[in-house]
Amino acid sequence: MKMGRLARIAAGTSLALAAFAVQAYTETSGGYNLPTGVTDLSKEVHGLHMLIFWICVAIGAVVFGVMTYSIIHHRRSKGHKPADFHESTTVEILWTSAPFIILIGMAIPAAGTLIKMEDTRNSDMTVKVTGYQWKWEYEYLGEDVKFFSTLSAESNKARQLGSGIDPNTVPNYLVDVDNPLVLPVGKKVRFLVTANDVIHAWWVPEIAVKKDAIPGYINETWAKINTPGTYRGVCAELCGRDHGFMPIVVKALPEAEYKEWLAKQKGGDAAAAPAAAALPATVVAAAPAVTATDAAPAAAPVEVAAAPAAAAPAAPAAAKDLSKDELIKKGESVYTANCSACHQATGKGLPPNFPSLVGSKIVKGAAIEHIKQTLNGKGMMPPFKHLSDLDIAAVLTYQRNSWGNSSGVVQPAAVAAAR
Amino acid sequence: MAHHDHAHDDHAHDHEHHGPEKGIMRWIKTTNHKDLGTLYLFLAFTMFFIGGLMSLVIRAELFHPGLQFVDPEFFNQMTTMHALVMIFGGVMPAWVGLANWMVPMMIGCSDLALPRVNNWGFWILPFAFSMLIGTLFMEGGAPAGGWTMYPPLVLQTGNAFPFLIFAVHLMGISSITGAINVAVTILNMRAPGMSLLKMPLFVWTWLITAYLLIAVMPVLAGAVTMLLTDKYFLTSFFSGAGGGDPVMFQHIFWFFGHPEVYILILPAFGIVSTIIPTFARKQLFGYDSMVYAVASIAFLSFIVWAHHMFTVGMPLAGELFFMFATMLIAVPTGVKVFNWVATMWKGSMTFETPMLFALAFVFLFTIGGFSGLMLAITPVDFQYHDTYFVVAHFHYVLVPGAVFAILAGVYYWIPKWTGRMYNETWGKIHFWTSAVFINLTFFPQHFAGLAGMQRRVPDYAVQFVDWNVQSTVGAFGFFIVQFIFIINMLACCYGWFGRKQGLPDRVWDGAHGLEWTVPSPAPYHTFEEPPVISDNELTAVHDAVDALDHHKLS
Repeated sequence: MKMGRLARIAAGTSLALAAFAVQAYTETSGGYNLPTGVTDLSKEVHGLHMLIFWICVAIGAVVFGVMTYSIIHHRRSKGHKPADFHESTTVEILWTSAPFIILIGMAIPAAGTLIKMEDTRNSDMTVKVTGYQWKWEYEYLGEDVKFFSTLSAESNKARQLGSGIDPNTVPNYLVDVDNPLVLPVGKKVRFLVTANDVIHAWWVPEIAVKKDAIPGYINETWAKINTPGTYRGVCAELCGRDHGFMPIVVKALPEAEYKEWLAKQKGGDAAAAPAAAALPATVVAAAPAVTATDAAPAAAPVEVAAAPAAAAPAAPAAAKDLSKDELIKKGESVYTANCSACHQATGKGLPPNFPSLVGSKIVKGAAIEHIKQTLNGKGMMPPFKHLSDLDIAAVLTYQRNSWGNSSGVVQPAAVAAAR
Repeated sequence: MAHHDHAHDDHAHDHEHHGPEKGIMRWIKTTNHKDLGTLYLFLAFTMFFIGGLMSLVIRAELFHPGLQFVDPEFFNQMTTMHALVMIFGGVMPAWVGLANWMVPMMIGCSDLALPRVNNWGFWILPFAFSMLIGTLFMEGGAPAGGWTMYPPLVLQTGNAFPFLIFAVHLMGISSITGAINVAVTILNMRAPGMSLLKMPLFVWTWLITAYLLIAVMPVLAGAVTMLLTDKYFLTSFFSGAGGGDPVMFQHIFWFFGHPEVYILILPAFGIVSTIIPTFARKQLFGYDSMVYAVASIAFLSFIVWAHHMFTVGMPLAGELFFMFATMLIAVPTGVKVFNWVATMWKGSMTFETPMLFALAFVFLFTIGGFSGLMLAITPVDFQYHDTYFVVAHFHYVLVPGAVFAILAGVYYWIPKWTGRMYNETWGKIHFWTSAVFINLTFFPQHFAGLAGMQRRVPDYAVQFVDWNVQSTVGAFGFFIVQFIFIINMLACCYGWFGRKQGLPDRVWDGAHGLEWTVPSPAPYHTFEEPPVISDNELTAVHDAVDALDHHKLS
């Protein structure tokens, strides 16, 4: 019978829902439900999520149950004659007020959690998070440490259209970065979130923080992480072509190890970037999931602690002239992190919005124009003032000597002069 | 009766001078509500097709992780255009088309109050959408900043930008003219005896929809005009550097946008409230409370807009207010669902295709309502916001919600429009395949979103692949089976497969309402003389309506 089918579908869906509910409740995996997370608030948020979910399941069971019963029994093919009732003030009042009371029951704990989430007072430290098209910058306020965090080189290579690389072979595909944000556990960390160009949103599910990064305005939020580990997130607000390719990685360390890490970073971004650049190679073996509670808390500190030690001697002096080869070598990595999203690894761009750099007027022309456009931006191209003189000199030298271009070297001093 | 004869003469006279023209000029020049209703519906289904193709590009790219088919920039153009085309080109014109066809027949008047405005309102739309869709072929491509057009991102749009803004303006003008026309008609041209609280629910929901449209479309026009001047005339409404605020755009946009989502769903409530009583053979339960519930939802829609932007950084008091106000919407929405279920209770149900779609609407719209309630909880919304959980939520209320109601309405009334019955077997096949595929498309997206997949991305981390494979298979399946519907309906229009006219006036035995007192197909002009209305026709289940027969026009 036709309605037998509808009933079965209804029953099937209810069963599926119930099965989901049971699975979600047992929380054996992070693959289909909100993560419980690693802060007190993320646990409260998860609890609220499950509470409301169960209330919805209960209401759904009653409503769909009555509806299904009616569909099965009150049908003409069974000879059921229509009743003629069509209103009842009592019933209407009942089913207006009952949901109202249930809603109050939901609203009270929700408001309590929200009030705690918005209380950014008495923080132990502050990190300024700035969104760029398409990367993040982290600045440890008062510590003189800041650095950029971009999609890891491996993911970046694999995600190009027609790259031929199977994403399954790339560890933490699209959720891995060159320089993760390193934070201490057990400290109330305040985040000041802003942006340089368009609106982004900084989201790490495991710490239940999502805040819009708005150019010209600063948002506040906070987290106090309980468990050391690696927690992965993404930009959650459409921010242009590479919105999907600016992930976030937070590494939470025990305080002592965090302090050790911080001490090694001091001395400015020139040192910080290469120091942290060694991280991905040691980190990649970790968890496959964005919502990775499984990044073994014990293993994480070891990796991070090891990295800066290995890389620290590589810190170059910023201001002196460098050889062409040195500049090109550094420039290639700066290019991959900052330019290749639009102008492509091949330098051919995606005309007309993202022009080709191969034989382009600006690349072949006077260096000063090239520097100025890079610093100040033009049209859709955002300004890159935030890069160091060395980085800009290197990337311009790389552009001017790649893909058949051959238009000389740009030294950091020239960039400094043009600022 | 002399009066009656006179009316008949007038009618013959009309036919001679105001009947449909032949050929293409009939459609270009028409001021007839039925012709314009047909045009609106053809436009809507064309746009559903185009927007559907765009969604297939999206789903094809998301089938597997990695970029296989399109550049991320083109992907963003597809998500942006899919939304604009489906909302402004698909659902809204479909509702105006159904209002054009049914409102005059339901309230017993001869046409809409402003027939020439009606023609103009329709013919703006093909130009608006040519302009919008044409940007895909421009240098630099179509807008890619999302249908919500948030600055500063939208200001990075290239040559397509002014075309986007003017297309939105034209759609807005069309919607406003349509809304004014429907509201004026309903308030002024009801047949004697049709008091407000006797109007069919579809008329009521459309009256309230019309008010929402008139209230918020100008707000959208203002917002996009400010975008235009920010880009070309050096103003800084939405730029912090010039003293403006990008978040202000979001507040203005969603002050339009939230009532807009009820514009998309309220007429669906009306259709479902019409179809369920017909096939349950039982009067709608709680008519008055249904009207009050719709009015309450409409009122609340004006004071909940900021729940679309909880992560934007509002004061705590603001977040609490918008959370509580949003949760309140569950009350009138619950009342509506309970009333529909009570209407079915102890009825004598049969399950023709329109009823199947209406029942699926109640079932699946309620699931969308549940996820909506979850989204209202601000601290948890921080986690859901801008993930596939939200995508699943709004597609549940828009596709098995609004679109299923449109399909139900077309199945329900096409015998009246064409005088030919659709093929019931194919109708049922269409329903069951649609119901399966739509759930396959959107149910897994809840899981993907909860597990951490953000919206509006062309590529994703590999652990989301299962959900995306299911979703893509569902989307292609849903798209393909809609051709069953298209062929079934065109067969009614053109009499394919030997479909004969000759249906009774009251096509469905449980149907009531004035549209079932006129012949099938409905003549080009109906109710040139106002009908005399018995309450019986509007509310009770009908055998006594033969009394009305002499008012039928032939």
